Amino acid sequence: MAKNALGREIPDFIEGYGKTKLFQGAFALKPEEGYRAGGKIRCVDSTCTDKRVRDIKAAITASGLKSGMTVSFHHHLRNGDFVVNMVIDACAEMGIKNLTLFPTALFGVHKKLIEHIKSGVISRIMGSVNGPIGQLVSEGGMDVPVVLRSHGGRPRAVVSGDVHIDVAFIAAPTADQYGNICGTQGKSACGSLGYAFTDAQYADCVVAVTDNIQPYPAAPVSISQLSVDIVVEVPSIGDPAGIVSGTTQVTRDPLRLLIAKYASELIEASPYFKEGISFQTGAGGIPLAVTAFMREAMIKKGIKGSFGLGGITGYFVELLKEGLVERLMDVQSFDLEAVRSIGENPRHIEISADWYANPWNSGAAVNMLDVVILGATEVDTNFNANVNTEADGALLHGIGGHQDTAAGAKLTIIAQPLLRGRIPCVTDSVYSVTTPGEVIDAIVTEYGITINPRRKDLLDACSAVKGFPLVPMEELVSRAHKMSGPTDPVETEDRIIGVVEWRDGTVIDVVHKLKK
Amino acid sequence: MRRTMLYLPGNNPNMLTRGYLFGSDGLILDLEDAVAMSEKDTARILVQHFLKQGEFGDCEVTVRINGIDTEYWKDDLAAVVPFPALHGIRAPKVDDATTVKIIDEELSIIEDKNGIPVGQTKIFCLLETAKGIWNAYDIASASPRVAAIIPGGEDLTADLKTSRSYEGTELEWARRMMVFAARAAGVDPLDTVFPRVTDDAGLRKEMEFVKQLGFAGKSVIHPNQIPIIHDVFKPTELEITKALKIVEAAKDAARRGQGAVTVDGRMVDIPVVKRAEYTLIRAGLLEVK
Repeated sequence: MAKNALGREIPDFIEGYGKTKLFQGAFALKPEEGYRAGGKIRCVDSTCTDKRVRDIKAAITASGLKSGMTVSFHHHLRNGDFVVNMVIDACAEMGIKNLTLFPTALFGVHKKLIEHIKSGVISRIMGSVNGPIGQLVSEGGMDVPVVLRSHGGRPRAVVSGDVHIDVAFIAAPTADQYGNICGTQGKSACGSLGYAFTDAQYADCVVAVTDNIQPYPAAPVSISQLSVDIVVEVPSIGDPAGIVSGTTQVTRDPLRLLIAKYASELIEASPYFKEGISFQTGAGGIPLAVTAFMREAMIKKGIKGSFGLGGITGYFVELLKEGLVERLMDVQSFDLEAVRSIGENPRHIEISADWYANPWNSGAAVNMLDVVILGATEVDTNFNANVNTEADGALLHGIGGHQDTAAGAKLTIIAQPLLRGRIPCVTDSVYSVTTPGEVIDAIVTEYGITINPRRKDLLDACSAVKGFPLVPMEELVSRAHKMSGPTDPVETEDRIIGVVEWRDGTVIDVVHKLKK
Repeated sequence: MRRTMLYLPGNNPNMLTRGYLFGSDGLILDLEDAVAMSEKDTARILVQHFLKQGEFGDCEVTVRINGIDTEYWKDDLAAVVPFPALHGIRAPKVDDATTVKIIDEELSIIEDKNGIPVGQTKIFCLLETAKGIWNAYDIASASPRVAAIIPGGEDLTADLKTSRSYEGTELEWARRMMVFAARAAGVDPLDTVFPRVTDDAGLRKEMEFVKQLGFAGKSVIHPNQIPIIHDVFKPTELEITKALKIVEAAKDAARRGQGAVTVDGRMVDIPVVKRAEYTLIRAGLLEVK
């Protein structure tokens, strides 16, 4: 057992995970000199002009998938996804067991996987486990720990060879018979297919699962025939209502608006609020409202932004149309407006998760980011943030781009109410660390703006603004204590059920099994 | 300043805890209409607890008590008046000067009993009937405790045997009356609430109208209404520049022992200086005296 750079105790070896590498600091670890993991060399019979097979089972057979292998999926169909359940159900019927599931994220719709975990079809998950699966894992329902990686950490793990994908099943809203696919067309359109790119490049076998076959060559193309081995047509890959929401509305919740207003004031006071500003604000209530306030401020001060990054909403699309940002770099399209825009507007660019956030390539988009607004379930006095576990210690959320954008952006803001119900969001020490305080610059609550003392430049800039609502961390945490009263600590057992990797593959924290 | 006074339901700890954060000039902890009959005691205890321990920032804190035609009003006053955090009480359904006097007397008894200077607790009168509006001046001048008069919205329209229209035609005369009566008595005319909480444009339009009539502020039922109202009250750059000039000239005249002065060829006397100071207060450039 050793302590990592944040003082978290990490065993040298974790059963079901292997030997650990200790987190040394956000930017401390560099890759050893060497080469990327190579993809398998393919050769297609030149007489083959159609890669289609009859059904999912035929695709599984053709892919060579066997018990003990690793299968990957993307989460662009979100809570409307049919493909993960469809493939794993078929594997179960075919007697395939002991699979490692390597999704980019799982949603409530994947609750059905619980029966396959219990029956041994799935023995390991590398990826976020939300909702009921998170609860099952937290209570010790899997023999080996889940491995949580960020959106950038995941492609890094694939490219560097930490994870090898045997078969990638890629839900494709549109495909042709020779494997050119895209996400912007078809009844199950989801916009960007950003999370699937690395899997398509590095998996030994790639299966495109579609409900919209178009004549060859289908266009536009996101992932081309060069890496797709098998195409299978199914009646439906997802439920459109769960894939994208309608037009995203800015919240009218006064508390969230107040927090968003403060966050916007912080951005305006920072040195980054100038011509060419780039930002990522996501789709949550507070971040979207920040975008609305920033829009007003940009118009008022005559400032135009360079690009918006990450998960894209209709609100960002409006900024693009109004010329308030020049480009959108879209790894995930959240709503109908975003899906429409990425299909029509060449300035709305589809980017891969690798491009978006991988720390070990020749430059990720997050490195060019000025400002990001994030959330967290809790933040501590050292500004460390936890996004993975809830107050009761159960794994409930994925990391998403949290670590990557925090590490890349020049100004990382966590914006959230001080309490959720009776649970304080600011605490002496977080239960589990996802993102280190080293890369978090400010916490914004309804009580004001708390700046990491490490950012003296920001503190000086904000202090210069008359009436700026600065709140020291000590005051914030004492207020949280006063309001919430004492809370019982989470009771856990020794067994580790989750390993949280920092984006460079080191272990930033572990999550223990909850005591029943 | 009383540009915005935000109602907070007296039985909602979440709102009572955070109400002051939204930047209104005043708060109204409500024991009356926002609270169901079965919750009256709970709300009174909760509001008392908050007056004792809660935070209110720079807000002027008032409590809307139940009407003197109910069994609750004396208990309400006894529960809240002793706490220094309280600036005043908002009395509903004030129909005439007698109502004010009854409340005044009860306040004096409580203040005396608790060692508070008699007369300290202000009264904000809600005029919610045709009779109340008709007696506006008498009510406003019934006691030195009266700080403001406020026309009713829903109750008043019901009493007028009409309904609330989008344009507010039915309230127009009452509003004008309020401004005249309040200004004549030297108290603040404050407008009734704007009930359509998602209609930002409608609120702005109404606020511009009532501000032009002479109202000093408005009651608020949703925090999102606060910045819109403050924005309407915000003086223009031109008004600020002019006001700064006038206040500076008046200071200069006082230093030189002169009475009236001229600014940009216009005579500046005390009322003009006062108005200029009020402009600077609204612009946040001058502290309230």
